[in-house]
Amino acid sequence: MGLTSQEIDHVVAATVKELAEHRLEELVREQVKAVLEAEARKTRPKRIAIVASKGTLDAAYPPLILATTAAALDMEAGIFFTFFGLEIVKKSGLENLKFVPIANPAMPMPMPNLLGALPGMTGLATLMMKQTIKQKHIASIPELMGLAKECGVKLWPCQMTMDMMNIKRGELIDGVQEPVGAATFLEYASSSDITLFV
Amino acid sequence: MAGGYTVDQVLDCKGLNCPLPVIKTKKTIEQMALGQVLQMIATDPGSKSDMVAWSKSTGHELLETREEPGVYTFFVRKSK
Repeated sequence: MGLTSQEIDHVVAATVKELAEHRLEELVREQVKAVLEAEARKTRPKRIAIVASKGTLDAAYPPLILATTAAALDMEAGIFFTFFGLEIVKKSGLENLKFVPIANPAMPMPMPNLLGALPGMTGLATLMMKQTIKQKHIASIPELMGLAKECGVKLWPCQMTMDMMNIKRGELIDGVQEPVGAATFLEYASSSDITLFV
Repeated sequence: MAGGYTVDQVLDCKGLNCPLPVIKTKKTIEQMALGQVLQMIATDPGSKSDMVAWSKSTGHELLETREEPGVYTFFVRKSK
């Protein structure tokens, strides 16, 4: 029944050889895959995927500025508008986004936080912010949205948010994509070089 | 004629802020022919580094940057 030590050595050597070959094959396959992926990345344009989740005037700027600039840098850009971020692509929202002074310690004109809660303060702060934007020749949100569409930035409304907030397709501005779910955005983001959440 | 090239088109971005100078540059150069030179004038101090990044990213050659107080002038050759 017992094996001689020679036989044991033989079995061990064969097993080790088989394992090593198997592992080597795996490594080669991984390497080849990595090289192919790197090549594919080099040939396709760079891509940026952004989530816009907030619906205030100030929060609408970063996604639109970054997406339009990305397009100017020959990148592909896509923005997923979800939760309050959907306001940015609503007809009633795009031109009427508000700047909310409450709980914002970085206000350009410092004021006691409590004042921000007074009726009319949001309207006043928004008005002042819009004036500054105009004076400093900074693009307005509708202007940036126009540029984004012109540059072919993909604008995805979040289907779930639309259902939740009872928003109809007709309430969205022209030029947006069909509403999509998280999976569609993630699929796009998974092949992106830059992903941002605003 | 400046530095061995002729300017084919001038784009005035004075007074405009980020990201408009870069976006307007891109839109203008798209309408130009290969090898033509665009002169872009900006007052946004950020455009100094942004135009270098834009050139690096798009492959359009930034031939020259001139800086006077508050005014930045860029010469870009359409390279593709």
